[in-house]
Amino acid sequence: MADDGSKQALLEKVAPPAPGMPKITDSKKLDRIATDIRKSVVQMLHAAKSGHSAGSIGLADIFTALYFGMLNHDPKNPEWPGRDRMVLSNGHVCPVMYAAMAEAGYFPKEELLTLRKLGSRLQGHPHKGSLPGIENSSGPLGQGLSIAAGMALFAKRKRKSWRVYCVCSDGEHNEGQIWEAVMAAAKFKLGNLTAIMDRNNIQIDGYTEDVMPLEPLAEKYRAFGWNVIEVDGHNISQIIKACNEAKHVIERPTMIIAHTVPGKAISFMEFITEWHGKSPGDKEKDQALAELKELEAGYEGA
Amino acid sequence: MIRKEMNLISPIDAPQAKKPSRDGFGKALVELGEAHPNIWAMTADVSESTRTHWFAEKFPERFVQMGVAEQNLAGMAAGIASCEDSVVFISAYGVFNPGRNWDQVRVSLCYNEANVKLHGSHTGITVGPDGASHQALEDMAITRVLPNMTVIAPADAEEARKATIAAAAWKGPVYIRTCREKMPVFTTALTPFQIGKANVYRDGKDAAIFACGPQVYESLIAAEQLEKEGISCAVVDFHTIKPLDAEAVREWAKKVKLIVSVEEHQIDCGLGGAIAEVLAGEGSGCVLKRHGIKNRFCESGEPFELLKKYGLDAAGIAEFVREARK
Repeated sequence: MADDGSKQALLEKVAPPAPGMPKITDSKKLDRIATDIRKSVVQMLHAAKSGHSAGSIGLADIFTALYFGMLNHDPKNPEWPGRDRMVLSNGHVCPVMYAAMAEAGYFPKEELLTLRKLGSRLQGHPHKGSLPGIENSSGPLGQGLSIAAGMALFAKRKRKSWRVYCVCSDGEHNEGQIWEAVMAAAKFKLGNLTAIMDRNNIQIDGYTEDVMPLEPLAEKYRAFGWNVIEVDGHNISQIIKACNEAKHVIERPTMIIAHTVPGKAISFMEFITEWHGKSPGDKEKDQALAELKELEAGYEGA
Repeated sequence: MIRKEMNLISPIDAPQAKKPSRDGFGKALVELGEAHPNIWAMTADVSESTRTHWFAEKFPERFVQMGVAEQNLAGMAAGIASCEDSVVFISAYGVFNPGRNWDQVRVSLCYNEANVKLHGSHTGITVGPDGASHQALEDMAITRVLPNMTVIAPADAEEARKATIAAAAWKGPVYIRTCREKMPVFTTALTPFQIGKANVYRDGKDAAIFACGPQVYESLIAAEQLEKEGISCAVVDFHTIKPLDAEAVREWAKKVKLIVSVEEHQIDCGLGGAIAEVLAGEGSGCVLKRHGIKNRFCESGEPFELLKKYGLDAAGIAEFVREARK
């Protein structure tokens, strides 16, 4: 049968996917990587003089969890057919994805400072054709979950053991297309699809619940037939644990609602909506980097 | 004056079986499904109307029913097409696909260079009684403008079959436009078809009619009538709107004084618009007159009543050519 997910699980047991990049489990090491990624993002956005700071910084822990603790992938062979697919739906937070990719070894970290500049592979919103390892071009909100669901349907029908991860935002749940994809993923019983929502409560014009109320999000997803897990989006071990739990739910897609603080770990950015679409100036960059350096002291020896 | 090497039915006005061009699409889809395990078909609650139900019956594991959700239809198709060598056909009415999902077509398909082929059925005024909301008259305009997109408006069911098969082998997004109404099938299996290459069906010295869709046949009949009146009219099937056969446009601009474009579409930004873009700056001295729907919504009515009212049947096209020559 085309939609028999249990066969896929069996296949995974018989032929586990090739390991790709080794995964890190030490939580201190992971925290340190997340801090490095935050530093990169601050430097990138400062150099670019435009871009989206708060969301990118707030997602550093989730991207660390994915690229270093969760995804089966191989930065030296981005087209590896057995890789897990990582779809970014809210493309404007791509600085954090680029930083995580460079940290994982997809391309040299020096290239990060070319973000948004003429001739750069690091386009202002991700472009699939420009940079190996980018699974989908994105920018207009609400399109990524559909693409991820398409990949997951392909994998399910063709008995592939790889999984699909989709990072999306809370604000883009204003878009109707998201809910079309939510319905379809449940219809096709896409247990191989894990979405992670950056629930940071802000969007361009203010707080999500003022602009267009989204709650109760967990109940909405459950009503649509999804498995829902809520996590602290800055606790990397929790995020990895939730992704692993999702693997065992075969008949339903999983939505991990990751509660995050926009601009997390940079005092003047946290919770401030104006940092959604702004980049740090010289002084702000220096202060942010100094604060992140202080954090690093806690990871000595990791 | 009809060119024999085009292998059209003969005589051109002989009574023949009528078929909707969407049937040609559906038939080709089954042929493709049989020959290639990487072909997928998806629809948005219109499987029978778009003829994707023929594929669905044979290849249920490669058919996807999306419900009335054209945006997600395009998005999930992009996801499937990104896996291995999959080729995905997405099928709905032209007003919704590529109408409702234009942003998804632009970014998820064109910017991603996804190997997804859009099929818009029920295009033009010949969808008839459903009225203006369902008559796709802007679909070629909104697809033609997109980078990486190819646009084809087949003349009949047989050409739609060939176009569909050619689209599967063509890299990147393609939009194929078909019609609901049964129309004469005047091309044959031996009639050539190549994406981007216009077919000259009839030679002529006084004027050249460049047409697409059902108006190719109507133009051929119109040319027969005009011939009797002493007006020698070429008829060229511009089935591919993008990439337009610009060479053919330039060549005919040298041969005749008048080019008439005919399409069941707004005259701006469709076939006529594309031809105008080629002729602009050429200094050929050839005049282009565009025939089609002129910046308006149409109305309910029987398909052939509407074609008559808007001058897009053979008599209307002949009259347009006569007027254009004045």
